[in-house]
Formats: sequence, structure tokens, C-alpha cells
Amino acid sequence: MGYFLFRRTSGFILTLLSVSLVVFLVMNILPGDPTLSILGIESTEDARAVLRARLGLDAPLAERYVTWVFHALQGDFGDSYTHGVPVISLIVERLPMTLSLALSGMALTVLLALVLGITAASYHKRPGDWGVMLLSQLGIAVPAFWLSMLLVLLFAVKLRWLPPGGFPGWDDPRAAVRALILPTVALAVVQSAVLARVTRSSALEVMRLDFVRTARASGFSRRRILWGHVLPNALIPIITIVGLQFAGLVTGTIVIENVFYLPGLGRLLFQSISNRDFLTVQALVMMFAAIVVTANFLVDIAYVLIDPRLKARSR
Amino acid sequence: MRLIDKPLALTASIMIAATGLMATTALAKSTLVYGMQQEPTTLDPTSDATASIDAIVSHNILESLTTVNESGEVRPDLAESWTISDDGLTYRFNLLHGVKYHDGTDFDANDVKFAFDRAMAKDSVNPTKGIFKPVESVTVIDPYTVEIVLKNKDAFFLFNVAQGDASIVAPESVENNKTNPIGTGPFRFDSWTRGDRLKLTKSPDFRDADKVALESVEYRFIAEPAAASAALMAGELDAFPGFPAPEMLPQFEADPRFKVIVGSTEGEVILAMNNAKPPFDNLKVRQAVSYAINRAEIIDGAMYGRATPIGSFYPPHGTAYIDLLDYYKHDTAKAKAMFEEAGVAGSTMTIRVPPFPYAMRSAEIIQAELVAAGIDAKVENVEWGFWLGEVYKKQAYDMTIIAHTSPNDMGNFARGKSYFYGFEDPAFTDLWEKISTETDMAKRDELLKQGQQYLTENAIHAFLFQLPQLGVYDTRLQGYWTSSPVLFQPLAGVFWTE
Repeated sequence: MGYFLFRRTSGFILTLLSVSLVVFLVMNILPGDPTLSILGIESTEDARAVLRARLGLDAPLAERYVTWVFHALQGDFGDSYTHGVPVISLIVERLPMTLSLALSGMALTVLLALVLGITAASYHKRPGDWGVMLLSQLGIAVPAFWLSMLLVLLFAVKLRWLPPGGFPGWDDPRAAVRALILPTVALAVVQSAVLARVTRSSALEVMRLDFVRTARASGFSRRRILWGHVLPNALIPIITIVGLQFAGLVTGTIVIENVFYLPGLGRLLFQSISNRDFLTVQALVMMFAAIVVTANFLVDIAYVLIDPRLKARSR
Repeated sequence: MRLIDKPLALTASIMIAATGLMATTALAKSTLVYGMQQEPTTLDPTSDATASIDAIVSHNILESLTTVNESGEVRPDLAESWTISDDGLTYRFNLLHGVKYHDGTDFDANDVKFAFDRAMAKDSVNPTKGIFKPVESVTVIDPYTVEIVLKNKDAFFLFNVAQGDASIVAPESVENNKTNPIGTGPFRFDSWTRGDRLKLTKSPDFRDADKVALESVEYRFIAEPAAASAALMAGELDAFPGFPAPEMLPQFEADPRFKVIVGSTEGEVILAMNNAKPPFDNLKVRQAVSYAINRAEIIDGAMYGRATPIGSFYPPHGTAYIDLLDYYKHDTAKAKAMFEEAGVAGSTMTIRVPPFPYAMRSAEIIQAELVAAGIDAKVENVEWGFWLGEVYKKQAYDMTIIAHTSPNDMGNFARGKSYFYGFEDPAFTDLWEKISTETDMAKRDELLKQGQQYLTENAIHAFLFQLPQLGVYDTRLQGYWTSSPVLFQPLAGVFWTE
């Protein structure tokens, strides 16, 4: 386990370092000038020069990168060029929004997928199975953007049950939950469609195994066999997909945040790239990378917890 | 429960009727939820050119020496009056007495000097430093009188000092203006949830506070047109003055809850041609492009008919406007012949388009029109940072489509070859010099007419249409600006009727 952790941690650091280098290079190769984005097209060259010096953009590229890494290691990601406030505070402001959405989206995805997938497996080659397969086919085909607009038109504009967008913050939990319902559903429908199919096929595979037949022969109830024996043994491929999907979910919030005008990280990333706000983009991409790597790490841990055979091996 | 005595009820109703106006203002809504597409980056208009900063902050939170009304005329603001010396170089401003900043500090002439000196300083990052270029000195005569001496006459000086770039800020609070702007205006900054909303509340200390009907204003930032439309339909917003999608307006026009108003802006939309780069250094080629484009088709297709065509670089609502729409009357055959004559028929011309709906939609139509005239026209959609870096700064482009939203911006053509037009003509530079120093309005208008004539004759660019200000408003709302002669959008006069 010690070696496992060491390998994981060093991999984590190496991944983040290479991500930071790539982002830094890409942002600096991209045509554009942050001072022009800030001061606009009526600005004078000397005002832009003053600002460039103030932002530290006149230093050589390599020096800027090393300085940035050095400060980042101390937890200082600098001040945003465009907003003039620490990048960290911009991210901290918006993290609760994006995390709430990603986590609630994930929870709903898993819930929908397990129920639908197991149901489909237990009604294999019968109408229940076909129904679920049809639904999941639809879910995969529908673009999240379009589905979001439909949800808004129905539940916000027509029925007025839920707000069409915006996020009031967690100070008012009731309003916050209401604001998250539609975006969560929009996120979860597409993701759970994929996961339901994985759940179904994985469950079907397990159901063919000898121990299930034994359980059935012993007279266990159908429900107990499905949820108590089949599901736990079908979890490994499901967890793998969930891990992959969580990364997709965090980035998928970018689209959803735009449609529901939510103040999340996705929108911040979008605006920062357009404004050539290098420091903010770098910090955000690092954070997304960290989330993805962490999600993969958690999946590996989950394998060990679920499957005792892996625990024996990793020792 | 007891019924109210009849006589008492009668008296009450008479009283309500008698004080009808008072009653309605007391009962009417006093909050405004205002939709906006672009979110501000900071809240300091003196260090960032983002248009939404001016829209929110200027003349709502921060004020200037002068202001501009909806017709574009200069009006007194923090300066209640001024005198100009005979040579047009010395401006003496008489300031309002007893004005307080939102933090309780007093406003006086020293603040004016501070604000101007700060904007003019060598290390200033003011986005429109050009405003202060003609200023020689700013002198405090007494606490309520300030004298500004110019190096040369500037016809636009009083107009320019009304802008957010020349906001009067206080030395005590200027440091934090990016996140917490402190001004003298009718509203004070309340809170800002970045990415979502920004709130202003009425300033009780404002000199005309009793005339300000709104107690609070909440700006909501919604970039996506479909989301903006849904938010209005769901009743989340009271007004959306810069509504981004003309194709969605009919549903609001059909809905009695809303009023759709098409106002004007100072934004001339042009098909800019890189005058420094062949073949666009050839007048014949530029003229051929002008013949090839069909404004009616572009406005119908790109703006759903909601824009006014322009034949030169001057807004149709301006006092000096002349109609040059038919100077190059749309004629594909003629354009084709001219392209052939110039030896560019069949050559490739690329339109690099910034990410604005008006530009992207116009580009597709113009592409088709140029192809019809025998040019291998291509459209390249680029993002804004790329546009600024490549098209604007490096002048790496053939053609582009852009709206010039600043007022009095014909001077762009006098900015020399380093400006992205790649155009320079001493004759025009001289003309602009005369325009910008002519303080007699009638004479200046004459010169502006010559300017329009010049730009059209020389087909520096192809001139397309004036960018409209498309607004969707709650029918009960009144007192707002429907046009945008300047970047700011004052809300002190906005009120609800029932």
C-alpha cells in the first residue's frame, strides 16, 4: 500500500507539472495580448506598456514560468489580470457552485443508472428491458444544451415551478436547491444513459455466473439476489465508468453553466481564455487536472475496497 | 372582525384619490432587475475598457464633471456651470457644493485635480488616455472652482470629460474602486456575486435623492441569448436593454407584458479592408467591394431587418448626417467588371470575423455576395482575443467586420498607418484636425459632412449599418434610455407605473 501511494502521489505531481507547462505554452503561443483585452482598442501604446510592466508580462517567458511555478508551490497563484483580485479568491468564490452541481449531477446519475440498469437486466429481453434501452438511447442522443433549453421552457417559462437559471448561493439553501434541480437533471440524463447501459450489461454478465444460480436454487428472493449479490459483483466496471464520467461531468458543467447562467468555474474559464487572463486560466486548468487525477485515484481505492482479491494483491 | 365605518372608508378613498400621484409612487415597485450580456471584469472605468463597467458604474455610482443626455448633448453634472475663455483653451468649472461621496467624505476641487492628474500621469493605465492628451494643467482655484487649461482647442472636451474614463474619484477610496467603487452618484455599490449578479442600492445622501424612484437595482449577467430570452419570459428580469438576438424579438412583441424598443447606438458596423495590404491599397478594388455588397440583404439576414443602413462613417441620427447610401448602389455586374479590371477576379479574400452575432451573420451574407461578384471569399471565425492580437494589433487580415461604438470616432481615420485600417492620408488628417478643434457646432457639422463624403468617395471601408440597441422592457417600466449615445446607462430616472 505504501508503494502504491508513493507511485500515485509522484504521478499526481508529474501530471500537474506537465499540465502546467502545456497550458503555459499554449496560452502564450495563442495570438492575443492581455493588455489589449483590458484596455480596449482606444488605448494608447504607452498605457498598454505601463500595464504590461505592472502585470509582469515584460519578463522573458522562461522566467515567468519558473516564477509562476515557484509561487504556485507556495499556494500563490497570483492576481487575475482582468479582475485585479487573487486568482484563488475567484476560484474559491465559484467552487461551491460547480462542485454542488457536479456532485448532485453525479449522485442523480448513479441513482438513475443503477435503478434503470438493474431493472433492465432483471427484465432481460422483455418489455421492461426494451423500454430502458430505448430511454438510454434517447438520453445518449440528446445534446445537453438542447435538453436544458427544453427543461427551462417547460418548468421555468411554462409551469413556473423552478427558476430558469442563476444561483443565489448557499445562504438560502431552499433557493439554492431549487436553482440546482434543472441543471442537475440536464447533466444527469445524458450521463446516466451511458451508465445505465454499462450497469445492465455488467449485471447480465454476473447473472450468468454459477453463484447466482446457486442463490436462486437456495430460494433467495429475486430482489435479494439482484441488489445483494448481483450488484456488488457487477460494480467494478460501473465504478470505472463513474470515475471517467466524473471528470466529464466537471467539464460538462461548462455548457450547463452557460445555459443556466450559473456562476461556476466553467464560465470563469471561458471568460478568462477570451480575456487572455493567463494566470486564471492556468490555475483553473491545474484545478480541473487535479480533480480528474483525484477522481481516478479514488476509483482505484474503491476497487480495492470493493474487491477483496485486489486488496490481497496490493499488499 | 369589525367592518370599517363607512365614512372612514370614504375619507380614505378620497385621500387616496387626492394624493393619487403620491399613492402610486408609494405603492409601485421600487426594485429593478436588469439583464446584461457582458459581465464587468472590474468596477473601475478608469483602468479597464470593458463596456459593461461604464454601463453599470458611470453616472450611477461614479460621476464626472459633465454628463451627456440621451440625445447626446452635454449637461452639467458635478460641475454646475462652466465658462470657456475666448481662445477656447481655458475652462473654468464651478462645482456643486455639499456633495458627499458614499463613504461620507466631501467632494471638492481637490478631487477633480486628483482624478485628472491620476488619469494623465505617466504611469496611468487609463483606457482612453487620448481624452486627456490636450490637457495642459488642472488648477484648484478654490474648493469649488477648478481651472483646466488645454494645449490646443478640443471640440469634444466637454463631451469627453463626461465619460467613465474621466470619472471623479476620491484619493481616500480610489485604491479599492475595482471591487468597491465609491462615488457621488445616485446609487451606491452594494454587492457583487461574480458570474451571476451585482446589486446597487439608492444613496440616501444623493443631492436629488427624492427624485430617484428605484431603491435598488440588480444586474443579472446572462451571456447566452436563449437563456436571456427564457429569463425574461419566466419573469426573472424587468429589462434587457442590449438584447443579443433580434430573431427572438417577435415573441416579446406578441406578449403584452413586454415592450420591444429598437434604439440607436454610436456603433457603425463596417466591413473593414486592410488599406495597407494589396489588393486593398487599390481604390478600384475597394470600390468594387462596395458595389458588391447589398446592405438591404445584410440587414434582413443578419439583423432581421432591425438596423439602419449607413453609407459612410457617421450615425444616421447625428446632426451632420448626409445620405450616401446610393453612392455605390448595389451592382454585382459592375463589381465583377471592376474586379476583373483590377486583375483580382477569382483571387482569395478572407474575412476574419470576431465572435459577435452581428458580425458572424453579416460575414456569411457578404461572403456569398463577394462570390457572386467573382471573388473567392472565405470566412474565418476567430475569438476575441485572437482578433485583438492578430487583426487589430498585427494588422494580419484582408477584411473584417466590426462595430465602432465610440461617439465622435471619425478620428479613427486620422490614426495613421499603425492603426488597423492601415490607412493614412494627410488631407484627411488635416480635416480631422479641423473638426476636432472647431467649437462652432454649425461649422463643425459642415466639416463632418466633408469627412463623410471623403470616406465614401475613397471607399476606405465598406459601410454596412448602424448597430441598433435592441431592448426588451416590462411595459410598466419607464424613464430608461432606449438609445445609447454613450456607454453609460443612467438609471436615476427609471420608475414603475401601475
